[in-house]
Amino acid sequence: MNINATLIAQTIMFILFVWFCMKFVWPPIMQALSDRKKQIADGLAAGERGKQELEQASKSAADEMLIAKQKAAEILAQAEKRSSQVVEEAKGLAQEEGDRIVSMAKAEVEQEIVRAREALRQNVADLAVAGAAKILDREVDAKAHADLLKNIKAEL
Amino acid sequence: MASETHTSTEYIKHHLQNLTFGELPDGSLGLAQTAEQAKAMGFWSINVDTVAVSLILGAIFLYFFAKIAKKATLNVPAGGQNFVEMIIEFVDDSVRGSFTGRNPLVAPLALTIFIWIFLMNLMDLVPIDYLPGLATVLGLPFLKVVPTTDPNATFGMSIAVFALVIYYSIKVKGAAGFAGELALQPFSSTNPVIKGIFIPINLFLEGVNLIAKPISLSLRLFGNMYAGEMIFILLAIMGGSFAAASMGGSSVLFGTQILLSLAWAIFHILIITLQAFIFMTLTIVYLDMAHQEHH
Repeated sequence: MNINATLIAQTIMFILFVWFCMKFVWPPIMQALSDRKKQIADGLAAGERGKQELEQASKSAADEMLIAKQKAAEILAQAEKRSSQVVEEAKGLAQEEGDRIVSMAKAEVEQEIVRAREALRQNVADLAVAGAAKILDREVDAKAHADLLKNIKAEL
Repeated sequence: MASETHTSTEYIKHHLQNLTFGELPDGSLGLAQTAEQAKAMGFWSINVDTVAVSLILGAIFLYFFAKIAKKATLNVPAGGQNFVEMIIEFVDDSVRGSFTGRNPLVAPLALTIFIWIFLMNLMDLVPIDYLPGLATVLGLPFLKVVPTTDPNATFGMSIAVFALVIYYSIKVKGAAGFAGELALQPFSSTNPVIKGIFIPINLFLEGVNLIAKPISLSLRLFGNMYAGEMIFILLAIMGGSFAAASMGGSSVLFGTQILLSLAWAIFHILIITLQAFIFMTLTIVYLDMAHQEHH
């Protein structure tokens, strides 16, 4: 409990410890701490930059997508137009073809009618001659009355 | 625990006596065998235990910290580096919070004070008879293991801090500025005559104020640690009296000592940390005041 030279020894020891600490302990650790702080700050900044770049990239991607969509819509519209054109054309062609077939059929029918009429005329002429022959009770010479029959046929 | 040959008084005295090296009454140099001999040695003697323990603890602290500092890496810190960085950042925060000037000495000073005092206080938690018992076996008459219960250790630090306060006061404010601060505050007047009358009063007040700093700094630490040590000693005596008590009483007393010592030790963990922190913070504050032009 006595105050003695220990006091001086302790003071010197204390000063030496503080000096040592100031020289070899504090600066390197503070250096490491501040360096790490800087590293972390850099890392965070890089992360921030990356985020911004990502944002920009996604924005431009969205733009690209929009353009692509517009293009697709254009192409679609063109295709639709073209397809309707094709359909119209096909319709026109079909109409023509149909008309042609119908007119051909009509012509055939006309011909058929003419032919049938001819046949009918012949038959009627024959029938008329036969009927007349029966009425006159004698054979009518077909050759002799050919002119007459021709006239009748023409009148029918 | 006190052995049967010791009385309680002897036990306490034995625990509170430093191992002192100096000039013995017969003129030769040696270790004092009794408290009276130690007292008779006067100023030019050394408390070997205080110096040795504080030196070893300081060396452990500086070795550990310097080793970590040497290989401090930028990468994710592990183990010891984490621990050291935590302490350093804590001290650095304290310095930044209380110290407004710029001085590269203050932070390492604060770190040294904090850790060194903490380690010296920590010796209080070593069971009270282990190291003195070992010393007795080795033939040493005394051993006081807690350097901060020796006023020499606490005054040694506070005197160094005080010297720094004086040095920086004069360096920052100039000798005239420092003297003015002592002589012209707290009472001042625009009338030169009254100002002259106030000077001795101010000198007295500010002088007391200045001297009180190192004294309060060291006595606060010493008193706290001394009282803590005392309670450990008294608890040990209580447990030690089982030798005189009956068998049933002895085990109760013995168990009580263990429980009470445990409780006090747990509480003491708080005290030793707090005292180290207070010493560090007050040192920072005093140095901050020394660095301020006006306060």
